Amino acid sequence: MTLLETTLRVNGTSRRLEIDPRATLLDALRERLGLMGTKKGCDRGECGACTVHVNGRRVLSCMTLAAMHEGDEITTIEGLAREGTLHPVQQAFIEHDALQCGYCTSGQIMSAVACVREGHAGDEDEIREWMSGNLCRCGAYPNIVAAVAAAAQVMEQHAPI
Amino acid sequence: MHPFEYARAGDAAGAVAALAGDPEAAFIAGGTELVNWLKDGIERPGRVVDINRLPLGQIEATSAGLRIGTLARMSDVAAHRAVRSGFPALAEALERSASAQLRNMASMGGNLLQRTRCPYFRAETDLPCNKRRPGSGCAAREGLNRTHAIFGWSDACVATHPSDAAVALRALEASVRVLGRGGERSIPLADFYRLPGDAPERDTVLEHGELIVGIDVPATPRARRSWYVKVRERASYEFALVSAAVALDLDGGRIREVRIALGGVAPMPWPLTEAERALAGLPLERAALARAVDGAFSEARPLARNAFKIALAKRTVVRALEIAGGMA
Ligand SMILES: Cc1cc2nc3c(=O)[nH]c(=O)nc-3n(C[C@H](O)[C@H](O)[C@H](O)COP(=O)(O)OP(=O)(O)OC[C@H]3O[C@@H](n4cnc5c(N)ncnc54)[C@H](O)[C@@H]3O)c2cc1C
Ligand code: SF4
Ligand code: FES
Ligand code: FES
Repeated sequence: MTLLETTLRVNGTSRRLEIDPRATLLDALRERLGLMGTKKGCDRGECGACTVHVNGRRVLSCMTLAAMHEGDEITTIEGLAREGTLHPVQQAFIEHDALQCGYCTSGQIMSAVACVREGHAGDEDEIREWMSGNLCRCGAYPNIVAAVAAAAQVMEQHAPI
Repeated sequence: MHPFEYARAGDAAGAVAALAGDPEAAFIAGGTELVNWLKDGIERPGRVVDINRLPLGQIEATSAGLRIGTLARMSDVAAHRAVRSGFPALAEALERSASAQLRNMASMGGNLLQRTRCPYFRAETDLPCNKRRPGSGCAAREGLNRTHAIFGWSDACVATHPSDAAVALRALEASVRVLGRGGERSIPLADFYRLPGDAPERDTVLEHGELIVGIDVPATPRARRSWYVKVRERASYEFALVSAAVALDLDGGRIREVRIALGGVAPMPWPLTEAERALAGLPLERAALARAVDGAFSEARPLARNAFKIALAKRTVVRALEIAGGMA
């Protein structure tokens, strides 16, 4: 088996890497680029903890091979804040205490940013439906929904973010 | 994970050629099935051929119907205006599938080729499963078969097919366009899936190396008044226990012609042909609908733990007819 040379563009920076073709995007982010913010929960596409953005869309990094993403624009939780200012969704998660252990949180936040941008955060029912791919074993759901709803309002006022 | 080489296909003919010369090679599109199979050892390809750069992502609506490229993502098809207005059963089936993240990744062709969620098939340890390891037996036949088939199964395999979109596409009379070494062919979805018989390891009639290039959905008089009802054990992010897709043509308050396909009950989207006939000419009235649907279940063969699916499926069909007909 041969290693592959590829370039991954993550949070605005391009990195040339030699990777195993079997590496998922999640493993490449965590183990090769040291970006530990993206979490591995189930590694089977079921929990949403590994959610990142590829070309602005939310996807599961455990379900895709790193080799498939040459030239794509990848954003992780580490790339969300701007010059030390938290993204409105990050701020809302703190204000609404939308976590307990925090393991699902980076995935929840990445998913929520996309959920709001897609226009799927109109009310609490819509937020629950469109955030259903992010599980929280601590059951912080009520506060997560409240945080997303609050962030949606802030993002609307300050569009585009 | 078994080691494999990674290759990127530049065009459709190249993708077909890459697999034609290599029985150990597999296509990857969204990866949301294949990557799981690689992890669990369900598939062990020597080479993975990435088809994502092929120009097959279009969603075109013409007066003849929809032409959906195989790489169109579930989320984009579900959100497409012409799909929502002209083929609502398809939009509904897609939007009730998986999660927002998975729908952004998963391709339409890959969706049709997803495999059963039978827990024995998906097990991380090796259990008897003829679909996964031919000849090893079927752990579900006498085991936990609550979620399994009531139609079309064999003693070799009692699994159901999990795709929601395939059920809608069956009722919408879609066909699958496929490119092989000998050129392109079009396979009606009605002929695309195989019954398990004694070879449950083969789900479809697709040959190794044949590339799905797209899905065609004709603009029938029924497509616009179509709907999909999915019944599941959670409100969201779960496979169907039972589902029904219907497409209706009405003549005043009466049914002129209808197509019905069921999900969650068989190894393939299951057409309810007998009910289609019985419903023609009937008024949209619950008791009449229920009586006509009833007869189509005389052939159902439930397993030890899933007889409840008969009553559930009947009610799901009636509900779908009521919604499509504008009664609910
Ligand atoms: C947690 C979870 C929940 C889910 N819930 C649902 C649900 O509720 N409803 C539902 O319908 N689905 C559900 N799915 C399944 C999901 O829809 C499928 O995994 C997805 O559609 C597969 O598409 P893909 O492009 O990712 O396929 P891939 O994984 O890329 O490929 C799947 C198979 O198809 C082959 N293939 C892909 N494209 C082609 C082509 N063009 N020609 C020939 N062969 C090809 C590949 O070689 C592979 O064998 C769920 C999946 C997960 C992980
Ligand atoms: S039902 Fe089919 S998939 Fe499930 S264990 Fe039996 S053979 Fe395997
Ligand atoms: S780690 Fe990717 S979905 Fe759970
Ligand atoms: S905060 Fe613990 S899993 Fe969500």
